Amino acid sequence: MNGLYGILWQEFIVFKRKFWATTIGFLVSPILYLVAFGWGLGSGMEIDGVSYMAYIIPGIIAMNTMMTSFNNTANSINISRIFYKTFEYYVISPINMTIYALGKIIAGAFYGIYSGILITVIVSIFTSDLVITPYFIFIALLNCFVFSALGFLIGLLINSHADMSKFMSFVITPMSFLCGTFFPIDKMPEILRWFIYLLPLTHTNIALRTTGETAGNMMLHAAVLMLYLIVIFIVSIRLCKKVE
Amino acid sequence: MLEIKNLTKEYKNVTAVDYLDLTIKDGEFFGLLGPNGAGKTTTVRMISTITPKTSGEIVIDGESIDRNLTAIKAKIGVVPQQNNLENETSAWENLEVHGILYGINKEKRRKKIEELFEFTGLTDRKDDLVKTYSGGMKRKLMIARALLHEPEILLLDEPTVGLDASARRKMWDLLKRLKSNGLTVLLTTHYIEEAEVLCDRVGLINKGQLLKLDTPWNLIEEVGKVTVEYFKDGETQEEFFRSREEANVYAGELEGDVRIRPSNLEDVFLKFTNRRVEEA
Ligand SMILES: Nc1ncnc2c1ncn2[C@@H]1O[C@H](COP(=O)(O)OP(=O)(O)OP(=O)(O)O)[C@@H](O)[C@H]1O
Ligand SMILES: [Mg+2]
Repeated sequence: MNGLYGILWQEFIVFKRKFWATTIGFLVSPILYLVAFGWGLGSGMEIDGVSYMAYIIPGIIAMNTMMTSFNNTANSINISRIFYKTFEYYVISPINMTIYALGKIIAGAFYGIYSGILITVIVSIFTSDLVITPYFIFIALLNCFVFSALGFLIGLLINSHADMSKFMSFVITPMSFLCGTFFPIDKMPEILRWFIYLLPLTHTNIALRTTGETAGNMMLHAAVLMLYLIVIFIVSIRLCKKVE
Repeated sequence: MLEIKNLTKEYKNVTAVDYLDLTIKDGEFFGLLGPNGAGKTTTVRMISTITPKTSGEIVIDGESIDRNLTAIKAKIGVVPQQNNLENETSAWENLEVHGILYGINKEKRRKKIEELFEFTGLTDRKDDLVKTYSGGMKRKLMIARALLHEPEILLLDEPTVGLDASARRKMWDLLKRLKSNGLTVLLTTHYIEEAEVLCDRVGLINKGQLLKLDTPWNLIEEVGKVTVEYFKDGETQEEFFRSREEANVYAGELEGDVRIRPSNLEDVFLKFTNRRVEEA
C-alpha cells in the first residue's frame, strides 16, 4: 500500500499547488453550457415534463465529469510516457503496475469528482432544480472512475499528442453530444439509438435523471458502468505490465 | 552480483543488443563504452525492466529480474540517460515520494534525504521546484534519488552528459565516494576519461556486441602504452608502441608535427571501434 499512498500523495501536492488554476478552469465550461443551453436556448422549453434547465443539469454533470476524468488521466499518462518519462520511473520502482494503475485512476477520478462538486455548488446557488440522491452520487462517482480508467488505457495506447486529439474528436466529443446529455436519446433514429445505448455515458445520463425509472433499470445502468470499469481496468493492467 | 546472459534486443530493423554476456561483480565499478547506437542505453533499460528483452536473462544475486517481480527491483537504483523527475514538485518532494514508494519508514527516509542533499550539495535548493533546476542540478538530484533506497546496484546511463568541466569533476568525486563505499555500479559514458578515472573494468561494445572487456590499464597495454600522433594526408594518425624507445625510433623517421604521449583509453576505443568516439 506504500505505492498507492506515494502515488496519491504525489498527485495531491500537484493538485494543491495548482488549486486555483484548476478550480477556475473547471468552472468555465459548465457555466458556458448552463448559460448557453439552460438559460439561452432552453428558457421556456420543457423536456419530459421538466424545465429544460432541470433536464440539462444532470447531463452537464455527466458530460463534465466524463471529460475531466478522462482528460486528466489520459494526458497525465500520455505526457508521463512520452514527454517527462516519469512513467518509466514507476516501471523501475518496486510498485506493482496494478497499484500504479489504481493510483492514477483514483487521482484522475478525483479531478472528475471535484469538477462535479463545483458544478453542483454553482447550480445550487441559482436553481433548486437539482435533486441529489445517494443513487445519483453513486452513479456520478462510477462515471468518474469509468472515464478515468478509459483515460488510463488510452494514455497507454496512444503514442502522440496528435493521436490523442483525434481520439477526443472522434470518440469523447461525439459521446458528449449524442449520449443524452442535451436531449433524450429516443429522439435519435432507431439504429443509432441502439448503438448509443451501449455507450457508458448514455447510462450515466439516464441514471442521473431517474424520474420514472424502475428499480431494475436503475440496477442495469449501474451494472453497465461497473462492467465497463472492470473490463477497462483489467485490459489496462495487462497492457501496463508489458508496455514500453 | 549482476549477471547478463545472452541478452538480446531486436527492434524491427536493428538488433540493438546482440547476445551480450557480462558479469559485474559485487563492489565493482563497471564501465560500458561504445559509440552512439552501440546498445548501451538499451542494455541499461532492459536491466531496469523498462524495455522488454527479446531473449536472454538478467540475474541479480541469483534471481532473475522482471518488471512484475517488485522485490528484486528495489535492489537497483537507476539514473536513466533522460531525466524523469517530477517537474511540478520540489526536489525534496521528489525524494519524499521516492522514499514512500520504496517503503522506507518516515524517520529513516527524512534522515537519508537530508544526507543526500548534503552529499550532492543541493541543500539550499531543496524546496525549489525541479523545473527551476539547471541540467546539472537535475542530474545530481537523479543520482540522489537513485541512492535513497540504498540499492545494491546502481545503473548510471551517461550521468555527466551536459555538465560543464567543473561540474563533471565534482560529479566524479561524488561517484568516487560511492565507489569507496563499495557500491556496485554499471556506468555508460561518452567521456572516456570518466571511465578511465572511475572504472575497475570496462566493456567496449559496438553494434550490440561486446568487443573487449578488461581493466582500463590492461586494455591500454594491449594496444601499446605509448602513442605517436602525427599529421599526414590531411588526417591525424596514431601508431601505438610497447615502449618509449620504439616510439622514439618511429617518430624520428616522421616529418612535420609529431607528438609522443602516453596512450589512454580513448586510443583503445579508437583502435577497436576504428573511429574516434565523437565522430561515431
Ligand atoms: N525504441 C526503439 N525503436 C527502434 N530502435 C531503437 C529503439 N531504441 C533504440 N533503438 C536502436 O537501438 C540501437 C541502440 O540504441 P541505444 O540507445 O541503446 O544506443 P546507445 O549506445 O545508448 O547510444 P548513445 O550513445 O547515443 O546513447 C540504435 O540503433 C537505436 O536506433
Ligand atoms: Mg544511450
